[in-house]
Amino acid sequence: MEGQVIVGLEVHCQLDTKSKLFCGCSTDYRNDGPNTHVCPVCLGLPGTMPVLNKRSIEYAMRVAKALNCSVLEESEFSRKNYFYPDLDKAYQITQYDKPLAVGGYLEIEGDEGGEKRIRITRVHVEEDPGRLVHMGTADRGRYSLVDYNRAGIPLIEIVSEPDMRSPKEARKFLNKLRATLEYLSVFDSEKEGSLRVDANISIRGSERVEVKNITSYKGVEKALTFEITRQKNLLRRGQKVERETRHFLEARGVTQSSRSKEQEHDYRYFPEPDLRPLLVKSWVHDIVLPELPDARRERFIAQYGCSLNHARTLTGDLRLANFYETVVSPDPATLATLADTWISDTLIGELNYRNMSIDVVDPAAFTGLLGLLYQGVITDKSGTEVLRVILDQHKNHQPCEKPATIVDRLNLRKVSATNMGDTAAELSAKSGVEPDLSIQSNPIVTAITEVLTEQPGAVNDFMKGKKGAFNFLVGQVMKKTRGCADPGEVNRLLAEELKKEGA
Amino acid sequence: MEAHTLTFEPDDRYNAFLTTCKNAPHGDGTLGGVAVAVKDNISTQGIETTCASKILKGYIPPYDAHVVGLLRQSGAAIVGKTNMDEFGMGTTTENSAFGPTLNPHDTGRVPGGSSGGSAAAIASGMVRMALGTDTGGSIRCPAAFCGIVGLKPTYGRVSRYGLIAYANSLEQIGPMGKNVTDVSTLMGVIAGYDRRDSTSHDRPYTHTPSADITGMRIGIPQEYFGAGVDPAVAGVVTQAIGRLEELGATTVSCSIPSMEYALAAYYVTCTCEASSNLARFDGVRYGPAADTKKSWHDAFKEVRRAGFGIEVRRRIMLGTFALSSGYYGKYYAKAQIARENVKKDFARIFSEVDVLAGPTMPTIAFKLGEKSDPLSMYLTDILTVPVNLAGIPAISVPCGRVAGMPVGLQIMGRPWEDERVVDAAYAYEQAVS
Amino acid sequence: MATEQEVHHIAELADVGINTEELGTFTHQFNAILDYFDVLDRVQGDTAGIRDLCNVMREDIPEPSLPREAVLQNAAATEDGFIKAPRVM
Repeated sequence: MEGQVIVGLEVHCQLDTKSKLFCGCSTDYRNDGPNTHVCPVCLGLPGTMPVLNKRSIEYAMRVAKALNCSVLEESEFSRKNYFYPDLDKAYQITQYDKPLAVGGYLEIEGDEGGEKRIRITRVHVEEDPGRLVHMGTADRGRYSLVDYNRAGIPLIEIVSEPDMRSPKEARKFLNKLRATLEYLSVFDSEKEGSLRVDANISIRGSERVEVKNITSYKGVEKALTFEITRQKNLLRRGQKVERETRHFLEARGVTQSSRSKEQEHDYRYFPEPDLRPLLVKSWVHDIVLPELPDARRERFIAQYGCSLNHARTLTGDLRLANFYETVVSPDPATLATLADTWISDTLIGELNYRNMSIDVVDPAAFTGLLGLLYQGVITDKSGTEVLRVILDQHKNHQPCEKPATIVDRLNLRKVSATNMGDTAAELSAKSGVEPDLSIQSNPIVTAITEVLTEQPGAVNDFMKGKKGAFNFLVGQVMKKTRGCADPGEVNRLLAEELKKEGA
Repeated sequence: MEAHTLTFEPDDRYNAFLTTCKNAPHGDGTLGGVAVAVKDNISTQGIETTCASKILKGYIPPYDAHVVGLLRQSGAAIVGKTNMDEFGMGTTTENSAFGPTLNPHDTGRVPGGSSGGSAAAIASGMVRMALGTDTGGSIRCPAAFCGIVGLKPTYGRVSRYGLIAYANSLEQIGPMGKNVTDVSTLMGVIAGYDRRDSTSHDRPYTHTPSADITGMRIGIPQEYFGAGVDPAVAGVVTQAIGRLEELGATTVSCSIPSMEYALAAYYVTCTCEASSNLARFDGVRYGPAADTKKSWHDAFKEVRRAGFGIEVRRRIMLGTFALSSGYYGKYYAKAQIARENVKKDFARIFSEVDVLAGPTMPTIAFKLGEKSDPLSMYLTDILTVPVNLAGIPAISVPCGRVAGMPVGLQIMGRPWEDERVVDAAYAYEQAVS
Repeated sequence: MATEQEVHHIAELADVGINTEELGTFTHQFNAILDYFDVLDRVQGDTAGIRDLCNVMREDIPEPSLPREAVLQNAAATEDGFIKAPRVM
């Protein structure tokens, strides 16, 4: 199929172990100064030797099993030799011709709808190099500063077959993979720099281009979109796509050719003589996998009645799925559907807008908010407003109020005829006087009366049959009641009033 | 442990030492107060460790090698770091960046290598014991040339943590001394499991040498007495083996066909591993400074060309070539098959005999500057490298002289039978002393 | 048989550098050694040998790191706790 986009991904994730892959340095380096999580081994001092972290293999095997891979009878570590300032031994200990596992798959929602299997070529373990900070200027001289805190952090590398056909599918694959790794408790996606992606892209019939240095989920789709456009443009102009390695520059959203002196690295792989082979295939049997995203999605549909799309969204992130279940747990029958829509359609958007994590939202507070909505104390619009207040309070490090408190403080209680009945009932209960609805002025009716007086033009339009006029008038009423009026009530009463007027 | 100090100010006319510790601290214990020298490729905390190379001049390790820790625990006084062929690459200690070591028996001759400094220090009486390392004969060769005793332990018996690597799959740290008893005592201190070395086995050594070798079956490999071995040397060694027979051992002729390619397999393996091990010397974290104003590759190349001697550069390049794209199958992969064949040959022979005996080196110590051609130098390792390829233990014990120069008798044994190899050497030593 | 050009290329690949004066003799010696290695072409067999040690691993327990001064002590140049290195151009 000419013009078909072919994408394969190589994903590197930091495994969430306590110590490094080949030494005992703690992996919790992000808040500490440079070169404070370093020992002779990960510094690459002469005479030092690696000792393998067992948990890193256990974690990697969990991943291999979850991705339906076959673990090799015998796997081993190899040296990948090249010179670079962040690689202190001048070789990376990785796995080459005998990786931990091969031949699995991950299912994603394909572009054409339905489940699509993306095949996994291999899964292996390797060490992270150090971190470089580039300094200096052209005139005063450029140099680099090296921090070895990251050197030796365990990485899992997951290589896919070139089964993806669009940037969207690539993003879905990456999201599914990320979620799976988090469900397995082997990966923390919130840690900065914990995930890196290299992509291989070609247009069928043309050469393959490798794009390196993609470090964010959004970046993957951007990089691929740019690269595909670039390649298609070349072909359209009758030019050839060169087989090369390009770097993704996130800030500019472009890929750039890496013209370095070594065209093709000759890594001179050979088995790491300081490490012994791994014969761990028998461990697979004893690995008990937790509930994975697909199974959880199906359970959400069956147990909570979520739609497929919402279930996908909710289970697509471990924290989100846990949040959902905690929120509905006090009363699933009542809260499930409400939570489903409110989280999927509203909360996520509000969090993304503020660049906030689901972790900051107190599930109990959210349950409370849903309760108010369920009881009809506030309208949906007010609900959103309350949510925004809560999130903004978090963002601005202010004390967080309970939803009910916010409702009362901002006077957001729903205004409607039935609501009035409630208030009247409250009053009569207090005073012992029978409620007389007629003497209570209905704020909605008041607002409607005011609007009809203020908007004669719209009323005329409505009489003439202009459809938009009704909605306009509804909007004006909602404005007057500051969103506290129940829309259903407003519609009903406005229609009645208009009927009275002239229809 | 009580703290003492040993004063060490030797008259080092042989250039055996690169660093000496004038006031060497020590404690009590098995080696309490014993002056022990350490080869300069073994990391010693706070003491300059150079591997006899300019590229590590001034490098002070912030940690001790595992065996150095064990030495300190045993009360030994670490009195200095000994000269060697640069990074262990050589058979004569002429490849040191800081001048060759001279053979105390004849200062116009080499002491052997690469642990020439340790051997000369013992032979001249400066120290009683020393640590050496043996990758392809680097303990046994200088022991033979200097007339002392040196043991290469079974691979994995002594921790390599802290040994600045030359060829990881071949080398071992081992004891050197004036006599077999001292070598055995030192072996007892350094052998044993180290969790920081993933190739380390849990095999401590607690043996007292025994001179009783009645019934010991000794194999005489014909390749050790063939062409290329000086007849005078072969003669002396044959006589020595005769003494062992008099002590109750029996001998039987045997053959190691894989010797034909053992040397090639050795040099391919060690150069490949070395090319990778030495890639880390870049003047950034240690060693002479890289010029940070230059570009990375230019600075890197400059540091290495200035810091590495010609033999080191040669071996790095051989290894780089052998591992390069397209050549792995021809060289490194084949070398590992060859190794497996060597192991199988030994295993086959050891089902018939208990030890093998032969000369350690094909000649007596060469004159300084005599072997200028690298290949002819490599060929002198022919009798020592099979042991490293197979990972078996082997000892060299002095067994006579030719033209006034010492000759070494080499005893090789089954994996983990270092004790038996020591016993055979001890029996001989006791018989002739 | 490696040519002088190839030998020079390997020196570049290994970042060891070789002088033009050294190159001629060096290439000659280099080739003699490579010729000697050809004996390996005749080697037959396999490496499915006895596997002694395998699955050598340690528990995931953090241990103290070096104090930063020790990490930096042998470096020729440092800056704000980082080690200074030439820049890849």
